[in-house]
Amino acid sequence: MAVLTSTAAPGSEAFRANRAAHLAALAEVSQAAEWAAAGGGDAARARHEARGKMAPRERVAGLLDPGSPFLEVGATAAHGMYDGAAPCAGVIAGIGRVHGAEVMVVANDATVKGGTYYPMTVKKHLRAQEIAEANRLPCVYLVDSGGANLPNQDEVFPDRDHFGRIFYNQARMSAAGIAQIAVVMGSCTAGGAYVPAMSDVTVIVREQGTIFLAGPPLVKAATGEVVTAEDLGGGDVHTRLSGVADYLAEDDAHALALAREALRHLNRATPTHPALATPEPPAYDPDDILGVVPADLRTPYDIREVIARVVDGSRLDEFKPRFGETLVTGFAHIEGMPVGIIANNGVLFSESAVKGAHFIELCSQRRIPLVFLQNITGFMVGRRYENEGIARHGAKMVTAVATTAVPKITMLVGGSFGAGNYGMSGRAYSPRFLWTWPNSRIGVMGGAQAAGVLATVRRDAMERAGKTWSAEEEEAFKRPTVEMFERQSHPLHASARLWDDGIIDPRKTRTVLALSLRAALNAPIEETRFGVFRM
Amino acid sequence: MFRRILIANRGEIACRVIATCRRLGVETVAVYSDADAGSAHVAAADAAVHIGGPAPADSYLRGDAIIAAAHATGAQAIHPGYGFLSENPDFVAAVAAAGLVFIGPSADAIRAMGLKDAAKALMAEAGVPVVPGYHGANQDPEHLAGAADAIGYPVLIKAVAGGGGKGMRTVARPADFAAALASARAEARTAFGNDAVLVEKYVEKPRHIELQIFGDGTHAVHLFERDCSLQRRHQKVIEEAPAPGMPAGMRKAMGAAAVRAAEAIGYSGAGTVEFIVDASDGLREDRFWFMEMNTRLQVEHPVTEAITGVDLVEWQLRVASGEPLPRRQEELSIDGHAFEARLYAEDVPAGFLPATGRLAHLAFAPGVRADSGVRPGDTISPWYDPMIAKVIVHGPTRAIALARLADALARTEVAGTVTNLAFLGALARHPGFAAGDVDTGLIARDLEALTHAPAANGPALALAALGAAGLAQGGAADTGFTLWSALRRRVTVAEAGTPHEAVIEAEAPGRFTVEIAGTRHACRHDGAGWWVDGVRAPGRLLAGPSGVHLFGAVPQHFTVPDPLARGGTEAAAALVCAPMPGLVRAVFVAAGDTVALGDRLAVFEAMKMEHTLTAAREGRVAEVLVAEGTQVEAGAPLIRLEEADPA
Repeated sequence: MAVLTSTAAPGSEAFRANRAAHLAALAEVSQAAEWAAAGGGDAARARHEARGKMAPRERVAGLLDPGSPFLEVGATAAHGMYDGAAPCAGVIAGIGRVHGAEVMVVANDATVKGGTYYPMTVKKHLRAQEIAEANRLPCVYLVDSGGANLPNQDEVFPDRDHFGRIFYNQARMSAAGIAQIAVVMGSCTAGGAYVPAMSDVTVIVREQGTIFLAGPPLVKAATGEVVTAEDLGGGDVHTRLSGVADYLAEDDAHALALAREALRHLNRATPTHPALATPEPPAYDPDDILGVVPADLRTPYDIREVIARVVDGSRLDEFKPRFGETLVTGFAHIEGMPVGIIANNGVLFSESAVKGAHFIELCSQRRIPLVFLQNITGFMVGRRYENEGIARHGAKMVTAVATTAVPKITMLVGGSFGAGNYGMSGRAYSPRFLWTWPNSRIGVMGGAQAAGVLATVRRDAMERAGKTWSAEEEEAFKRPTVEMFERQSHPLHASARLWDDGIIDPRKTRTVLALSLRAALNAPIEETRFGVFRM
Repeated sequence: MFRRILIANRGEIACRVIATCRRLGVETVAVYSDADAGSAHVAAADAAVHIGGPAPADSYLRGDAIIAAAHATGAQAIHPGYGFLSENPDFVAAVAAAGLVFIGPSADAIRAMGLKDAAKALMAEAGVPVVPGYHGANQDPEHLAGAADAIGYPVLIKAVAGGGGKGMRTVARPADFAAALASARAEARTAFGNDAVLVEKYVEKPRHIELQIFGDGTHAVHLFERDCSLQRRHQKVIEEAPAPGMPAGMRKAMGAAAVRAAEAIGYSGAGTVEFIVDASDGLREDRFWFMEMNTRLQVEHPVTEAITGVDLVEWQLRVASGEPLPRRQEELSIDGHAFEARLYAEDVPAGFLPATGRLAHLAFAPGVRADSGVRPGDTISPWYDPMIAKVIVHGPTRAIALARLADALARTEVAGTVTNLAFLGALARHPGFAAGDVDTGLIARDLEALTHAPAANGPALALAALGAAGLAQGGAADTGFTLWSALRRRVTVAEAGTPHEAVIEAEAPGRFTVEIAGTRHACRHDGAGWWVDGVRAPGRLLAGPSGVHLFGAVPQHFTVPDPLARGGTEAAAALVCAPMPGLVRAVFVAAGDTVALGDRLAVFEAMKMEHTLTAAREGRVAEVLVAEGTQVEAGAPLIRLEEADPA
């Protein structure tokens, strides 16, 4: 396999400027992530720990193997939403390893509004379950939540993808043989009571975990019965009398040990692995990604500079290198796992789209997972391209992306605009994972283009009305649109709303892809049945 | 030279003999008991014959079975190693009668030296100086006590048929004589089936210096001396050659005496003449006395090999096959200095009790001679001597050799059983030993310092925590990976039962921050091993089912508490358990008896030593869980105590 050759000049002015700009963007995200990881803040955390409870992230760490990686999902979810009331959306989610095998962990953060479910909390919980289901990962719920966030009840309770879907998912996954394990480490009230009740195995912490449909205040109001939380639905009651929980733990650490023990006995078949190669680091330092990728999205560069810093040995067996050159396709390995790489190297033409569809067919036939490196302004526009049927060719690629059964992992490394988003496995195409870089931007089109479209429509209308429109007036008209697009296409805005699974440090691209692939390989790769390709 | 020989032994000495045979092109036949079927010496030999059960009496002491095995495999000669049948004249005679060659001295020579009192008389006749003492046949306790009075206290009681410190007692005062005699006799009876003892002068600042001799049946040469003064309860711990501070004249005198002793009995093969030397005024030509002669290859023979360049097993084979002595006395000389340290599976804090266990890991310093009969994965069984290896170093001077010994011990790695490695290391660094100021009382005097186990410091605990977390090898590229801030992982490790909590954060591949008692330690792993706060770790970090080991000059061991194990300690405190695998010889209490702190509960026999189990608390015997004569594993509950009824 050919080793890619980098033309980057690490000492150059451009390299240093790129690096500085990326580091600045990274610092903003890093700050947001740290804020989210701190949960409800020091005071809330101190109160939490004073009750003998472990901090939520320490619970996650205590569940996982000590050396396990933790691929967090939605690390900046709800960022800038709810007036900052729900750092990390009040729930930690991610993939780690227990006894060497991947599991999905969903841990409520009771320091954030008592762990209650905001709309984004629900969305994140459901996204974690979706990942678990698609990749057949056992789920461990570290429950410590007061249930639905009442002021937001209309956005968390009634709809299909609201609270009830959590239990629906639990039942469906359990039916599919995907283990559901709950550890009740705090409140688990009302609807929340169904998380442990619907689990295959449930651990509860003595004098700390409670499960009941109605808490003591509601019981008193309804029937006048006065009862303590522990007598109503504590660990002793549920493991001895009610059978709602199965194991009684002395404290958080013991509970996590019991959950680990439960995971030891899943009798999971070894996931089917494709032919694995010996892992090999890239020949080029992934750290230099920050220098080789231009700070400005509009500056073109060779995407192979990124590929060379991601794949094993920087080796890429490029497919159809001389045809449809704005799409780079090729076979490579990441940490020994075979992948088909599909990467943008400019705007998509008909040839590039057809090449992409061809390559996806190859990978589907061979059951090779796909990695999309997305940096796309869209499909080429203009009469010539419309007339030759670029929509038809684009549809072939979109069909292939939509219907392939191989795992798809999308890394948004630059722009994600228009139909290019579809062809390159955007969120709507259910990639197993979708990660973004801090410099990425996402939108139906660029802010300037959108403002230009709106301005053209308005100018036409004004001109029809015989009015004049000065350049200053036009600029003033365009500014709010540009600014809105700028704000909404920012990755922190996107990630807050879970349009992706998280923003990552570009230097960690290789590891994130490797962990995503490893997680994806927990599910067997089915045979692909494509839709009708418009020929 | 023989074409094929049988080795009537096991463990390191069998492996040692096989190694020389292989070099000389001599085929080897091993014999083995049930317990040794998969052991190193069996794997190393060209052929192997099963000779019986694990108890020595059922296998390695069965001369008939061994001779039959030799016949069956076409072996021409039998090498006895040391111990077992090596000094049994009846066996030697039987070997000869069976038409085979015994690689060692004649039965007569062994008999002549086998009974210590007769041997001393014989030596005195031959003009070899002997220690004042009573070696007579009258074994009446009062007569022996009278003899002790005549010799003058302190005196030493020794089993006539003894060796290796068994059946030996030092008595300081006449009042203690009777009890010591009874105890020595009991041990001698168990070990040798002969409870006769001798009594002799106990030398105040004694050094144990022995001469390696080699005879062809008529003439003998000596291969200089070994100093085996570093002893603990008469068990050699570290031996060296030559003896520190040995004047040339005294060496010559001792060598001449040793050769005289060997030639007096027409000695053939390798032997050792042991002398006791009074070092209270330094080494003097008139202050050495014959103690005994060991008519076999000694455990510590490698130090002699290291300074003379002679392979003593090769000499044994050549002389036994009829060749003359390979070198004349004037062709032998001393090159530099050598040490040997005996690495045992022993529980030092528990009083050097023999230990057992499966060697999860075993490694020696590269380039250092380590004579061992076990491999990684092998088990130290309760049936035999719990030796793991002899670590042998050589250097141009004593100081260099001793420094090499300390270094070799620091690089020795054993996991899966407790060992005396730290103790050996402390001895190798002992200032008095370094100065050559040795005598047999050194270890007893400084025992506390030599066995002191310093508590692990922060950096060591940090590494232990990483080991407990399964990160001893630094982890893979994705170890501890997170997208943003590191996860804090709590890990508990225990040292000598004291738990320590650590918080680990993975910073990057091979880089961790470990917080111990509020102090953050930067830990880094690279090709050279671990670094903590910029300082290289003393040795390798190893984690496994046996816990976490941090090797180095002071090897440290940590256990990892099971997070699922909760409670249940009270019941254990009331149980008296077997300190090691062994035989319950006697039980002195019955259910319902009230016992006080320190009362004798039972006598337990292991490794041919008797151990008295005493009550660690007052109370009442609730239950005796074993019958006398039961063979039990280490940790087996023997007696259960409960609170005595209130008076």
